[in-house]
Amino acid sequence: MSTDSRFSHKIWQEEELSKMVEGGFPYPMLSDQGGRIGSAFGVYSPEEGVNIRGRFIIDPDGIIQACEIMTPPVGRNVSELIRQIQAFQHVRKTGEVTPAGWTPGKPTLKPGPDLAGAVWKQWKVSNAFD
Amino acid sequence: MGKPKDGCTTPAGGIINSPENKEKTEMLKKEEVIKMTATVGKPAPDFEANGFFQGGFDNFKLSDYKGQWVLLCFYPGDFTFV
Repeated sequence: MSTDSRFSHKIWQEEELSKMVEGGFPYPMLSDQGGRIGSAFGVYSPEEGVNIRGRFIIDPDGIIQACEIMTPPVGRNVSELIRQIQAFQHVRKTGEVTPAGWTPGKPTLKPGPDLAGAVWKQWKVSNAFD
Repeated sequence: MGKPKDGCTTPAGGIINSPENKEKTEMLKKEEVIKMTATVGKPAPDFEANGFFQGGFDNFKLSDYKGQWVLLCFYPGDFTFV
């Protein structure tokens, strides 16, 4: 979603995105002219009239599970974004929690009174890194 | 005036302020600010927006996607760099 009109989205797709990705950008490109939606999400900058680089992961109940907001010059990390979605989906499905640096296949933790003060027995700091 | 710097969000400019205009623009800024209501862990504010998808224009409402995971990405502008 940007403050550009749907017409601008159409031309950007045709002129540039379709040349970067096979078949073009496959998701809805939304228009937030006036920045009202961006304002409700805390990403609209009135001085520049644009939405800065924010992204929100919303679960099937409509609850925001994660957000990352950056100033425009730096792009997102897609691997981290996918990792977060996988982690939230895993938590929702199993009730387990995913420790720092978790990726599918790495150990998770089952929260409960037995685990308090005993995480060190099940999980090593090196698990947080690739 | 010098050449505008190229970046992702260089402001376009705007009214060059005379005293009467300055007061009005300040007033407008305060009236039109929409409160930020999005909070992580709470329901996302519902919204409706028009957009471009699969070659055509359509309206999209966030609540229509209940039951699915939604990734909402804001970005400064089409045809910019990052």
